[in-house]
Amino acid sequence: MSVDWIVFLSLAVVSVASAIGMLLSKSAIYSAINLIINLITMAAFYLLLGAPFLSMAQVTVYAGAIMVLFLFVIMMLGSEQSSGQNLVPWQTPLSILLSVILIGALSYLLLDRSEFLTSASKIAQDFGSPEAIGLLLFNAYLLPFEVIGILLLAAMIGAIVLTRRPKRLDEALSSGADQNLAEDTHATD
Amino acid sequence: MLPIEAYLVLSAVLFTLGALGVLVRQNPIIIFMSIELMLNSANLAFVAFARLHGQIDGQIFVFFVMAVAAAEVAVGLALIVTIFQARHSINLDRLNSLKG
Amino acid sequence: MLFEEISSSAPQFFSLAPLIVFFPIIGLLINTFFGGKILQSGPAGEKIVGWIASAAAGLAFVVSVLLAISLINYHDGMKVPLVEWIHIDALKLNWAFQVDTLSVTMMLVVSGVGTLIHIYAIGYMHEDVRHHGDPSRFRRFFVFMNLFIAAMMILVSSDNYLMLFVGWEGVGLCSFLLIGFWYDKGEGGIANAMAAKKAFVTNRIGDFGFLLAAFIMFTSFRSLDFDIVFGRVVEVNAIYPGAIFAITAFMLLGVAGKSAQIPLYVWLPDAMAGPTPVSALIHAATMVTAGVYLVARSSALYVAAPEAQALVALTGAATALFAATIAIAQFDIKKVLAYSTISQLGFMVAAVGMGAFAAGIFHLVTHAFFKALLFLSAGSVIQGLERGHHHLEHDPKLKKLVKQEHHFDPQDMRNMGGLRTKMKTTYIVYMVGTLALAGLFPFAGFWSKDEILAEAAHLNPTAYGLLTAAAFMTAFYMGRQIWMVFFGKPRSPAAEHAQESPPVMTIPLIILAILSALGGFMNLPFKGFHQFSHWLEQTSENFHAGEFVLSVALLSTALALLAIAVSWWLYMRRAAKLEALPAAKRPDDPLRQILGPLFTWMNNKWYIDELYWAAILNRYVDLARFLADYVDWRFWHDWVHDRLLVKGYNLLSRLLSVHIDLGGIDAFANGLASTTQRLAASLRRLQTGFVRNYALSIFLGVVIIIGYLVLR
Repeated sequence: MSVDWIVFLSLAVVSVASAIGMLLSKSAIYSAINLIINLITMAAFYLLLGAPFLSMAQVTVYAGAIMVLFLFVIMMLGSEQSSGQNLVPWQTPLSILLSVILIGALSYLLLDRSEFLTSASKIAQDFGSPEAIGLLLFNAYLLPFEVIGILLLAAMIGAIVLTRRPKRLDEALSSGADQNLAEDTHATD
Repeated sequence: MLPIEAYLVLSAVLFTLGALGVLVRQNPIIIFMSIELMLNSANLAFVAFARLHGQIDGQIFVFFVMAVAAAEVAVGLALIVTIFQARHSINLDRLNSLKG
Repeated sequence: MLFEEISSSAPQFFSLAPLIVFFPIIGLLINTFFGGKILQSGPAGEKIVGWIASAAAGLAFVVSVLLAISLINYHDGMKVPLVEWIHIDALKLNWAFQVDTLSVTMMLVVSGVGTLIHIYAIGYMHEDVRHHGDPSRFRRFFVFMNLFIAAMMILVSSDNYLMLFVGWEGVGLCSFLLIGFWYDKGEGGIANAMAAKKAFVTNRIGDFGFLLAAFIMFTSFRSLDFDIVFGRVVEVNAIYPGAIFAITAFMLLGVAGKSAQIPLYVWLPDAMAGPTPVSALIHAATMVTAGVYLVARSSALYVAAPEAQALVALTGAATALFAATIAIAQFDIKKVLAYSTISQLGFMVAAVGMGAFAAGIFHLVTHAFFKALLFLSAGSVIQGLERGHHHLEHDPKLKKLVKQEHHFDPQDMRNMGGLRTKMKTTYIVYMVGTLALAGLFPFAGFWSKDEILAEAAHLNPTAYGLLTAAAFMTAFYMGRQIWMVFFGKPRSPAAEHAQESPPVMTIPLIILAILSALGGFMNLPFKGFHQFSHWLEQTSENFHAGEFVLSVALLSTALALLAIAVSWWLYMRRAAKLEALPAAKRPDDPLRQILGPLFTWMNNKWYIDELYWAAILNRYVDLARFLADYVDWRFWHDWVHDRLLVKGYNLLSRLLSVHIDLGGIDAFANGLASTTQRLAASLRRLQTGFVRNYALSIFLGVVIIIGYLVLR
């Protein structure tokens, strides 16, 4: 067994374990932490696969920014414990069964149907370097890049609009209008 | 160099686990996390194929997926916050008023 | 093309022939559409309506005269085609006008006498509608009269049997309409309508015969066209020996119906229910002679069937005598004339039956003159009496006289008498008509009747005997009428105050009287004369001039004079003696005293009507009642309709509605709906509202697709 395999397997075990841990943990906080671990193992895989830039981006954007956002929301809502009973208890075993089937089927497809595709090709030294990615991104994929920029802007505006407080929204909508309505809104708040 | 199938199988396992999380958990935040997991498993496959073919276009796609995931998380979490403000609960099983 | 041919080859008036039908039709259309307004326009309205109708008839007469003038130079006559009428395989009929001497003679009589009667009717109907209390019917009368002229013109101008039949039915219709003119009057309010019905139904029997004749004719001759049929007589007689006898015998049935011969004469006396101008025009002068015309027109057929000729001759002669015996014992002035008409028609039918076609047509023409004259004069007498009666009712001094008489009948001769001085013009023309009818020299009737008798003397001795007896009785009943009506003392207050008719009525009477007096001179039976017979000979060689037999003429004249003398003795001398007797013992007729029960039989028309009722009509009514009560009502209505159809239909509809519709179609539709509903209700549960369920189903789909890829 080569070193590659040892590294891969150990990382894979961590990755799968953290994924399972995310699934099983009752508290959302634990789930988030498990996901962070998982994302970091992903970053390690990216390194192994010759994508150093993506690896860094994974750590900063995912494990950093996105997961912080998650944690922030969890904290804000105080809903780390999911309350209430499961209204569709039969779904869990069925889902597990289907998942097992899916894993089996995919594995069978990947392992049995195809010859082993060992990437023997030597890769260039700057494969996946920020420079190479930047060149490709701002040349061939310039238009998608711009679209993604707009998408992010739209998501940002959407998030702001959605999370604006209802009272202020009402005031904005009916500024100086019926007082009773305003009082009612206050009372319900 | 490891055979690419190893990564692909790992990707499949992670994807399935993510899907399983979507199916069995009631907490929408965790469901979102599971979705992130599924996206990441796909990303892993992208990167693995990029490595296989020696082309970095796959990595560009991962980059895009990350951006989309970020946007999705932003809007999704905003929605969750809004729902919580309206109903003081985010249990998905309680949100079944559209039943037939 | 045909018209061009006519106009190029004959610069005559033949092409005017269709106008003889169109003028009366135009007249009736004007009166139909505008007559009502004209009548309301003022007191002159009636005169305008009447004169429009008279002008229509008069113009037809003018056209007839023009046609006659054309014929003088163009002997063979002319067929004037108007349109192609029926064209079915072998049956080719044109609506064409046959213009020859025979048809033109009939046209002249119909339109000439018709015009005079129209004019007379202007005066007569003026009083008649007021007497009956419905002046608005004045217009209707003239519309019907014009319609009659048109139909009669079609009848006499046709060039084939079917077109003739159209006219034949047309005049029958007009006869029906005009007999029933006062359909709501008469005994019990229905007597006039019944009379009209009787005439119509009796004529139907005759028409049945006519149609059978036409059918046999078409089967054997393959044509209904006069020229073609007459041309094939010899040929057909060889192939179908009995056909011509059958045709002529069935035709005789038609003749008996239309021309009131035994056994179908019974309708004509009842037809006197119509206004008097109608009796004169239709039931004396023209329509009833259609049968005679038909036989004369079909002379080629009759000549080929001697048995049929004998049959026709005997029928005519028997009718002549039989009707004359009835006429003797009638008291109604019009009834006497009606039976006299039947009798005279018998003379004509006997004549054309014997083969004396020219004599028959000659008598037809003269009879049209003097019988129209007699009827119109009788109408004048009747209205004179009505005027007297009216005068009595409105004169306060004379009113008490009226109350004695409950039902004053202005037609009963027993209410008349002494009118000689009251109605001078009418008296004179009536005398002329009587002498003409009685057959006294030199009036028209003498020449025509004598020609028939002379022909009969050598053609058919039996008929001669019957006809001579009939001629004697004719003179007798006419004498009786004259003495009863115009001589003696007035037998009622109304007769005492009778008044003469206006000139519009008397002038046509005078014209007709002149014709009656001089009409015979157009066919003097001496060598070098015979103009009328020669005129008719141009149409068919079967028409031939009769000879003058002095012995026959002397005998008939002597008999006529004797009859008048006997009637004078009975109704002047003897009646005067009977006046002396008390009213209870006094017989209403001097003849009754002599003949006794025989007179009652004659007075009751030999109980022929009663016989018909007992033998045929009651059976028929029973059959009709049986058909109505049992077959129609009980069987068809109660059983077939109510039981079978209604119940069956109800059953069927219940089956359809309950089982097929509700049980089948509705159940299917409802089942479809409820199935959909139930399916939807169960499918609804799939929509749980749990997002995770939806995700699971998506996941299931993924698994299935991947599974498919694996198992492929």
